[in-house]
Amino acid sequence: MNEIIEFISQPWSWYASGIGISLVMFLLLWSGERFGVSSTLKTLCSIGGAGKKISFFAGGWKDQSWNLVFVLGAAIGGYIAVEYLNSGQPLDLSAATITDLKALGIPFDGELAPLSIFNWENLTTVKGLLIMIIGGFLVGFGTRWAGGCTSGHAISGLSNLQIPSLIAVIGFFIGGLVMTFLIFPLIF
Amino acid sequence: MKFIKYLLIGILFGVVMTKSEAISWYRIQEMFRFQSFHMYGIIGTAVSIGALMMFLMKRLDFKAITGASVKQKVSDPGFKRYLFGGIVFGLGWALSGACPGPMYTLIGAKMTVFIVVILSAVLGTLVYGVVKNKIPH
Repeated sequence: MNEIIEFISQPWSWYASGIGISLVMFLLLWSGERFGVSSTLKTLCSIGGAGKKISFFAGGWKDQSWNLVFVLGAAIGGYIAVEYLNSGQPLDLSAATITDLKALGIPFDGELAPLSIFNWENLTTVKGLLIMIIGGFLVGFGTRWAGGCTSGHAISGLSNLQIPSLIAVIGFFIGGLVMTFLIFPLIF
Repeated sequence: MKFIKYLLIGILFGVVMTKSEAISWYRIQEMFRFQSFHMYGIIGTAVSIGALMMFLMKRLDFKAITGASVKQKVSDPGFKRYLFGGIVFGLGWALSGACPGPMYTLIGAKMTVFIVVILSAVLGTLVYGVVKNKIPH
């Protein structure tokens, strides 16, 4: 048993991870549902009562409650992975990325996300607050406009050979590249 | 009872996303800078297996345990909403280093400040609902 835990505690290769994600997709399809996480953001709006004023959020959300349980599970899975399946090895980030980020003033700290940006104290600074709030806002706004996120469009949609999903994924990359190469140098 | 199943699938997803480092802000930067194959390998493997899976499910008329045919992601035809929405999403993805799945996972992975990022994403979705009819689709 210990050997098994030790084995899965190593950082996972890209193919093991890809297989894992397709297994999740299979289990959801088999259960009669579809893999798409961003719907939960809409569900949270509906639960919060947004449907009373905005028709987009009206109607039932009970058929989406499974998805909220799914993302609760995702958070628990994240906890299990860092608490019990942690090899302690820092992320094997490419040297080029480390250099580029250092030039922007973001030193690589070996964490999942740079603690110099993503920490509670940083919410009291204008820059930290804006990065977290605007980052989240754009994801939430964009995903509903495009009708899906990475799981819905890049994974489920491309797997089902949907042209709209391909357009959305191209959009994801245009946005990501503009942020990385044009906007990052201005804000960092 | 049926929710336990989704909780377990979610836990599997959270473990996979964390161990694969796909929830890492750094990995997303590395992807957008084309400096590693890692994220492309993950998405590429998932989509390749997923496409084969969808093909076989349709071919063999695979039924979900509910007895119905499996649900497929079928999007309405269109262009503007996918491109513009996608671009806005991409801007946020690169800035926050997380799409919705990883946001939830990160909270469990002790990056609790991502609660603020999720609440902002909920706010973004809410504002989309308000302005939906005024923007191109």
